[in-house]
Amino acid sequence: MSLLSVNNLEVSFVTRNGTQKAVKGVSFEVQEKQITAIIGESGSGKSVSCYALLGLIPSPPGRIDGGSAEFGGRDLLTLSENELREIRGRDIAMIFQDPMTCLNPFLTIGEQLIEPLRLHRGMARDAARQRAIELLDEVGIRSPETTFDSFPHEFSGGMRQRVMIAMALINEPRLLIADEPTTALDVTIQAQILRLIADLQKNRDIGVLFISHDLAVVADIADQIVVMEQGEVVEAGSPDTIFKNAQHPYTRKLLAAIPSGERANATAQRDVLIEVDQLRTWFPGSGQDEPVKAVDGVSFNINRGEVLGLVGESGSGKSTLGRSIMRLAAITEGSVVFDGTDVTALEGRDLKDFRRRMQMIFQDPFASLNPRMTVYDTLAEPLLLHGICDRKNLDGHIAKLMDDVGLARGFIRKYPHEFSGGQRQRIAIGRALATQPEFIVADEPVSALDVTIQAQILDLLLALGEEHQLTMLFVSHDMAVIRRIADRVLVMYRGKIVEAGTVSQVFDQPSETYTQSLLASIPGAALAG
Amino acid sequence: MLRFILSRLLQAIPVIFIVITATFFLVRAAPGGPFDAEKVVLPEVKRALEAQYKLDLPLHEQYFAYLGDLTRGELGPSFKYPGRSVNEILFSGLPVTAELGFYALLIALLIGVTAGVFASLKPNTRQDYIPMSLAMIGICMPSFLLGPLLVLVFGIYLEWLPISGWGAIPGDKILPSITLGAAYAAYVARLSRAGMLEILSQDFIRTARAKGLPEWLVVTKHALRGGLIPVVAFLGPAFAGLLAGSFVVETIFQIPGLGRFYVQAAFNRDYTMILGTTVFLSTLIVLFNLVSDVAAAWLNPRLRSQFSGGKS
Repeated sequence: MSLLSVNNLEVSFVTRNGTQKAVKGVSFEVQEKQITAIIGESGSGKSVSCYALLGLIPSPPGRIDGGSAEFGGRDLLTLSENELREIRGRDIAMIFQDPMTCLNPFLTIGEQLIEPLRLHRGMARDAARQRAIELLDEVGIRSPETTFDSFPHEFSGGMRQRVMIAMALINEPRLLIADEPTTALDVTIQAQILRLIADLQKNRDIGVLFISHDLAVVADIADQIVVMEQGEVVEAGSPDTIFKNAQHPYTRKLLAAIPSGERANATAQRDVLIEVDQLRTWFPGSGQDEPVKAVDGVSFNINRGEVLGLVGESGSGKSTLGRSIMRLAAITEGSVVFDGTDVTALEGRDLKDFRRRMQMIFQDPFASLNPRMTVYDTLAEPLLLHGICDRKNLDGHIAKLMDDVGLARGFIRKYPHEFSGGQRQRIAIGRALATQPEFIVADEPVSALDVTIQAQILDLLLALGEEHQLTMLFVSHDMAVIRRIADRVLVMYRGKIVEAGTVSQVFDQPSETYTQSLLASIPGAALAG
Repeated sequence: MLRFILSRLLQAIPVIFIVITATFFLVRAAPGGPFDAEKVVLPEVKRALEAQYKLDLPLHEQYFAYLGDLTRGELGPSFKYPGRSVNEILFSGLPVTAELGFYALLIALLIGVTAGVFASLKPNTRQDYIPMSLAMIGICMPSFLLGPLLVLVFGIYLEWLPISGWGAIPGDKILPSITLGAAYAAYVARLSRAGMLEILSQDFIRTARAKGLPEWLVVTKHALRGGLIPVVAFLGPAFAGLLAGSFVVETIFQIPGLGRFYVQAAFNRDYTMILGTTVFLSTLIVLFNLVSDVAAAWLNPRLRSQFSGGKS
């Protein structure tokens, strides 16, 4: 029996620049006791569709133009705000993408947990507290009694998402809407949260509407998959049909974009470009606390022209390691020898020259570009600063860079906010290439991007690497991405390198249990079978 | 937390010391002296007066003598009010100025926060534009213009309120308080609007709505606390501004507060009075800035736990 049945839903956003149709006649169903997944890239209208059902899109500019959404014998779209409010948090609950920002930092976790109970059931404070503690325990929070009075900032992202789940389930809703609940989490945590959601769904026999941009994530848990593109449903069916017999080209594109397999050419013997020896980067702890040993005695070589993958969870020290090599983080001990020069002792002019030869690409293309500089200015700055060219032939150089990273030359006078995430990352890559570096540290360069865009950027990096004979340290938490781009892999855990080897060694015969657990958490085990 | 407060207090000492030194030498560098304006002063009388107030000593000796007095909490005798010490005069004027400042701050907060929150709920609609335009006018209008305008309208044309004095006739405290508080109400309104808009766009507000909370609870329980942190942090600087502004308002409305003594002291070259008031006010300002910083930090659980060393 269907729990929620959406028919011909149409939503548009009315702005000064005209009306934009975000959802164009979308229909889907969530069966009782089943998980329905809606898949699509950002901007496909998948989140808007679900928020519209509960009256959670800001209006104006949002506007529901038509359709119906049957839930429990009533059409959600015709209910008044007060009637909808009764349903929200009682019959239909939600969890969101980013657990870091979705909990109120000013209120204790307990206060936020009991709110739905007190509101919808008028439960007494003590009884509500008891119930909340039971549920915290059920979602796997240790010592829930003390957690109850803690503030959100005292927890990691995964823990906060567990709290969010507990909060959503506290009133025993019949439908749970999960909007990208694992996207902001590390792979190992992602696997745990997915398992938790699947278990809770089975135990409680509730319906789940699971929104994601990642086909691989939902492969293991969904009963039904609905694929959306540009406000329309393009394909729907069971996971089996979708994965084995996809009809629509967009679905096939999504499937093809799931990173898998490895690079064909195993690198031949090459000379060493960078030697890292017993590198330690410690951050002083506050007061009498132990120093934080972000990088703790790490040694390895990077060969000229190779892509070295550095994988680990957040907090494993992989980003700090990358930054230490770049001399962006203060090194405590050890040496980094770049092409025969020990860079740990460089200062002033020498350091600047050395910086020209090494560049960095950051995770967040939104934050790492100056919003007040046009693409032209962003690219011109390093060119002039390092004397790569003079003002006369600046335009030519910039045009060449734009071609290299696959951006139309007409874009050069635009500002970062006018670009999509993938395009911004292209600009960031262009900026890194401007100084004609020999070595690039790419710190999670594709983690903030949609899968199809991810694949394009990875391809671009590989092509540019070949063309410019670049050596690259590619930092990522995502094993699948590493497998696609790297020649060799280092696995980092708690500031130390726990495993190193070629891609096939590490992926096919991992010797460390930590590496095995990382591999086991790659989403889409169902795909492999 | 205690360590933070102590270190801030220690930092304040050099600040106040610089203020004292600069003021000491500036007032003496200004042309004229405290006894120059008297109509007929026999040279020997003037000399006797200068000797009494140590004005015949070399400048640096005067300076160190003054610092010595300060460490004992003595602000010295007033040159213009014979027989009264600066301490006495300060503490006679302080309650009036403090009361005026308190009412003005109260008006600023009540009107400002209400208007700002109200505007933030429906941004870029009439509910936003009207209070924010008024706030803009409030910020642009100096008190020496607003005060006489209010006197003209409410005191002279409408004859609703008394136009001067403090505590003598019922209602005479209303116009000065409004005059002093208006600009701050406007500024607080803009701050609360911006703070609330920022908080209301956060993800956790959507979470609160998804839980089915009615809108008034979303605003009061989930948004207000974070949204008003900028306002709390502004209270310190606002207090400093209120003290400075009170000079003007006290003069317009003939109020016997600190501000009027300060202005008169400057005209009279009453060195000890100028210095004493400056030292006293700068200390108060430093203290209030500290209090508002601590309060703003206390409202944020993340900072609070840092202050109390890890666990909150």
